[in-house]
Amino acid sequence: MSELAVRRFDAVVVGAGGSGMRAALELARANLKVAVLTKVFPTRSHTVAAQGGIAAPLANSTEDNWHWHMYDTVKGSDYLGDQDAIEYMCRRANEVVIELEHMGMPFDRLENGKIYQRPFGGHTQDYGSAKMAMRACAVADRTGHAMLHTLYQQNVRANTQFFVEWMALDLIRDSQDGAVIGVAALEMETGEVSIFQGKATLFATGGAGRIYAASTNAFINTGDGLGMAARAGLPLQDMEFWQFHPTGVYGAGVLITEGVRGEGGYLLNKDGERFMERYAPNAKDLASRDVVSRAMTTEIKEGRGCGPEADHVLLKLDHLGPEVINHRLPGIREIAIKFANTDPIRESIPVVPTVHYQMGGVPANYLGQVVAPEGASQEAIVPGLYAAGECSCVSVHGANRLGTNSLLDLLVFGKSSGEQMAKDIRTLPRPHRNLPKDAGEPSRARLARLDAAGGGERVADVAIELRRTMQAHCGVFRFPEDLAAGVEKMKQVAARAGRVAIEDKSKMFNTARVEALELDNLVETALATIVSAEARKESRGAQARADFPDRDDKNWMRHTLWYKDGGRLAYKPVHLKPMTVASFEPKVRTY
Amino acid sequence: MDRAARDRLKWKCRRGLLELDLVLERYLRQYPEDAELAELLDLPDNDLWDIVSGRSDRFDGNLRDIVTRLRAN
Ligand SMILES: Cc1cc2nc3c(=O)[nH]c(=O)nc-3n(C[C@H](O)[C@H](O)[C@H](O)COP(=O)(O)OP(=O)(O)OC[C@H]3O[C@@H](n4cnc5c(N)ncnc54)[C@H](O)[C@@H]3O)c2cc1C
Repeated sequence: MSELAVRRFDAVVVGAGGSGMRAALELARANLKVAVLTKVFPTRSHTVAAQGGIAAPLANSTEDNWHWHMYDTVKGSDYLGDQDAIEYMCRRANEVVIELEHMGMPFDRLENGKIYQRPFGGHTQDYGSAKMAMRACAVADRTGHAMLHTLYQQNVRANTQFFVEWMALDLIRDSQDGAVIGVAALEMETGEVSIFQGKATLFATGGAGRIYAASTNAFINTGDGLGMAARAGLPLQDMEFWQFHPTGVYGAGVLITEGVRGEGGYLLNKDGERFMERYAPNAKDLASRDVVSRAMTTEIKEGRGCGPEADHVLLKLDHLGPEVINHRLPGIREIAIKFANTDPIRESIPVVPTVHYQMGGVPANYLGQVVAPEGASQEAIVPGLYAAGECSCVSVHGANRLGTNSLLDLLVFGKSSGEQMAKDIRTLPRPHRNLPKDAGEPSRARLARLDAAGGGERVADVAIELRRTMQAHCGVFRFPEDLAAGVEKMKQVAARAGRVAIEDKSKMFNTARVEALELDNLVETALATIVSAEARKESRGAQARADFPDRDDKNWMRHTLWYKDGGRLAYKPVHLKPMTVASFEPKVRTY
Repeated sequence: MDRAARDRLKWKCRRGLLELDLVLERYLRQYPEDAELAELLDLPDNDLWDIVSGRSDRFDGNLRDIVTRLRAN
């Protein structure tokens, strides 16, 4: 067996989205040798899709402070968020946003030259009063795009080494002490596997929204960091919590912004009824995302969905007139025409609740260190491994994320993990450890199986079945029989995934191979999600169960940990104690 | 175009914006070997989406044909 090539760095960062690039910058500026691996060109990471903005209590337009932001985040999380981590994030928000401004991020500005800030759902003044806080900093509707470009340029200047179109396959751990010493990665161009050894390794691989049939996420979001962690024996935390956006275009997933309903658009069932009037008599179509999504799902479930399959509802905006549609809602008409084949000036747009954001992930603390139960400790540090961004669970978003808090999370925890990695690297001996003899073997075995398989399941078929199963059995509204049957179905899907075969075995730039490897990660993510959801007998934030409609703090105010090994579950307490202020005690979450 | 070149093109169509993923996937099904596409794929996601959705005409004149095909797709 030939030896795998080994490349050595101080730090290995997997992922070049907002979180990975923020961490890499911190490391490169500390004069460390940093490799960033990414499946696609850095500025094509999914962060580019973010439009709404970044939360920070700068108080440029309205009175604001981190205590209020913290309260909103704890409440938004439905009290599942760790209050120490939330305090940490809100206290560092202004610093990281201003830093980004100094790096050249072209924020929208007020006349006095300060960063312009706008209101966003769930962000309030004075601990949840009716007054909205102006907290979202944006670059028109291109915030994520501007952020990625700014961070990329800074990294190039700081000599970060990018490995573009390299796919990390598996973690490498030293079996002696469980320390992580890097990753095995596939160079897509050559099809060869190499070892990237680092004294510190960061996962910043983003979300896994592609486990659902209806998803606002781009195709690259296959949960690779989650799959790698699970295969390496690490738990995945709170995976039952996925945020759904009410208005994704039916059949495509593309997001139709809340702004459409803000301008007076509303939802209809097959009888032409404006059904939100029944579910939320006051807020109607502008009720919060989870309320609207649940109402839509109930309409569909009870047979009032539209279309031949009765599986969607309609978003009506033709009454607004072409003026409003063309000028106040730019881009919406193009999206409807391209993806729904309907011109909203004349017809309604078919929409369904669509998965949007993953609250769970690889368990980490606010310094980015990955933590897992070991011996007497519920949160023992996994030496050498860090996680930040959507793939991690810190957990600041708990059971439900507030809009604009995700980009903030990327910056704060990208930076803090970079700082912690630099610190830890300096305490380690100069030479790298010896690699274990079997380093890279699991990845090589996965590839060897694919190369050897003469016939079997098609990757695309299994992936479609996986997405359908998740959509039907573990969607917005969760029913006990659906969940139980879904767990069994997902096990069958997982078994099928173990038997996939690809026709063309060539190594050089073979996307079929890459997609087969991604499927393994989708499978781990989907299993973690549905098993965790089935087990949690309550409704909280994004988990809405028909049989347990209420939050149950006595039994369920705890984090779920799912292990690949036997699909085992464990639980650990929520950090209710912040760093310096008093706890926010759980209250009923109403808006 | 050989298989690797086709796959290289296909992977360049993996974008950060779902809008582009969908349009380009559909386009590749019809024209899997359109080498002209590669040039457009170097554009940032938002600029490319503006062109594809017809909101912007900021592109090189000799790409007019492919842009027309993409928009019609
Ligand atoms: C349409 C949309 C709009 C949004 N708007 C907002 C908003 O306005 N405000 C807000 O706060 N949040 C918003 N969000 C959420 C937010 O954009 C994301 O949570 C965030 O961008 C994720 O960033 P990330 O750094 O974790 O990962 P990503 O940006 O997804 O980057 C992941 C990186 O990992 C790489 N990668 C993955 N797997 C591998 C592998 N195996 N090997 C090598 N590299 C790999 C990818 O190539 C990529 O570089 C929005 C989300 C969507 C879908």
